[in-house]
Amino acid sequence: MSIIALVRVAWEAIVRNRVRSLLTMLGMIIGVSAVVITISIGVGAREAVSAQITGLGSNLLIVIPGSVTLNGVRTGTGAASTLTPEDGLAIAKLPKVAAVSPGVGVSAQVVAGENNWYTRISGVAPTFTYIREWHMASGSFFTDADDAASAKVCVLGQTVVENLFPGGENPLGKTVLIRNVPFTVIGTLARRGQSASGQDQDDVIMIPYTASMQRLTGTWFGGFVNVIAVSAADQPSIPLVQNEITELLRQRHRIVAGMDDDFDVRNLQDIANAAAASATTMEFLLAGVAVVSLLVGGIGIMNIMLVSVTERTREIGLRIAVGARSASILLQFLIEAVVLSGVGGLIGVVLGIVGAGAVAIFGHWPMAVPVVGILLAFSFAALTGIFFGYYPASKAAHLDPIEALRFE
Amino acid sequence: MPDTPVVRLVDVHKTYVMGDQSVAALDGVDFSLDPGEFVAIMGPSGSGKSTLMHVIGLLTRPTSGQYFFEGQDVSSFSADELADLRSRRLGFVFQSYNLLARTTSLENVELPMVYAGVHADQQHERAMRALEIVGVPEMAEHISNQMSGGQQQRVAIARALVNDPSLILADEPTGALDTKSSEEIMNVFTQLNAERGMTILLVTHEPSVGRKAKRIITFRDGKIVGDGPTAEVFKHETIAL
Repeated sequence: MSIIALVRVAWEAIVRNRVRSLLTMLGMIIGVSAVVITISIGVGAREAVSAQITGLGSNLLIVIPGSVTLNGVRTGTGAASTLTPEDGLAIAKLPKVAAVSPGVGVSAQVVAGENNWYTRISGVAPTFTYIREWHMASGSFFTDADDAASAKVCVLGQTVVENLFPGGENPLGKTVLIRNVPFTVIGTLARRGQSASGQDQDDVIMIPYTASMQRLTGTWFGGFVNVIAVSAADQPSIPLVQNEITELLRQRHRIVAGMDDDFDVRNLQDIANAAAASATTMEFLLAGVAVVSLLVGGIGIMNIMLVSVTERTREIGLRIAVGARSASILLQFLIEAVVLSGVGGLIGVVLGIVGAGAVAIFGHWPMAVPVVGILLAFSFAALTGIFFGYYPASKAAHLDPIEALRFE
Repeated sequence: MPDTPVVRLVDVHKTYVMGDQSVAALDGVDFSLDPGEFVAIMGPSGSGKSTLMHVIGLLTRPTSGQYFFEGQDVSSFSADELADLRSRRLGFVFQSYNLLARTTSLENVELPMVYAGVHADQQHERAMRALEIVGVPEMAEHISNQMSGGQQQRVAIARALVNDPSLILADEPTGALDTKSSEEIMNVFTQLNAERGMTILLVTHEPSVGRKAKRIITFRDGKIVGDGPTAEVFKHETIAL
């Protein structure tokens, strides 16, 4: 008899026993949807991480001070005061460096009219907007001239605007007191939202770093900066620039061979790669769990198929009596198992996509529908059907028709 | 008779081994069935008449002896060849009907055609015709538990004859039915035999059922102990009773 006829027979048997068929598929549905959801979470998380990291800036390298040892006590990275604005100027002269901005950060109470707010004050160079790819919402960023003059001008992040100028007041031209020093607002920054670590990036006031050092921290002469942000000319030259900065700073800081650097050059690509690697590890872990659940689903199919074979012993006996070859019986039950796991897999894929969508909405990350993952999960489901369906099917095919017909 | 017998058994033995004991269910059976016959095998339970049905129905092989089905020695046939013979040349009717649950009469009657490889286009029409022959065309769309025992058995007979077999085997076909339904079912068999020349072999232990057949074979302890036209057998039987 033809395969088409067998598929029809198997399909009719499935439809005749709707509830049992649904229960049989349940394991497969859960298994496959778990696979689809986990892979989608993995891919989505990876995309979210890489989006956040590329959002940090173009070809960004970050130079931060190293650790210091005081009386045998080692402080953490960034604690030392070793980076100067002059280091920044020297780095800017390196080939393949597009832009450099030193950064000086303090936190301070700020006042505008009747309102006050506590926020971060970032002293940066005008190149900062280019390096970090920040855009203006209104007004303009300060210029090199402002930098040179240590001008008392500032640019506000949106959170600061909301708190200092509530009610939609235009902050441009207004005065903000930072540690009692009056700064004129010349611009506001476009909203940027949360950083990868959950920090509100809009809760900031930017001023020229020279003004910060001279007027706020009082570290102008022989002063140090907290960070130097460097933008490499292009992506491929990032490692080269990283090495050159290390060489240059070791020279400038007079660090001889064998001594540890008193600074740290961080390549965001490395961080991105590390994040991607951890996402991949996570993906494998989740996929492993999902595969186990698929396996359990397959065993579920086998169990219910075995019960079904016992329950349908008389039916099988009758089919043999009216002329079914044992291969036909075997194929019928095998096809039933494959159709059950296939349909279960299909339902699982649909549920998985819905679930992945829900997770994407709640997790605030891009919805990723992994086509390869879906195909994998689905074909694995069908394979599981064949594998776990074979034993019950062969049991059915080798029943003694006389015994089967007498079965109560 | 010039025709080849539908069934010819020559010294057939069937022995079942249970533990260290062996039971001879068939103990040297010689038997021949010609086309157009309507035969009842009668005997007490445990006499081996069901085993005889299974051997004739190609559901099991004899331990020894020869079996010619329509002149062919089937002892050398493979399992698949036997399945094909069952599908095309034999029809079974059981005591408990054995209709598929949650399945319409029509689909039940179509089942043997599925395995015989009858083209899907013809199945419906042929199944309908079979239901008409047994007198329940109006039951085509009913599922088995919506029908009386008599109606279910009629559907089962339709299933047995739908592939136009050379032999219908009926194992206690009235065993689960009341007297009236039994009567009706036996009339269906009588009619099939009389009007269509269908060869029928049925097993029963009820004399009232056996009486409808044309020839009675009496069976005891795996052996044929009596074989003759119904009228003759029942003449003796009456004396025995």
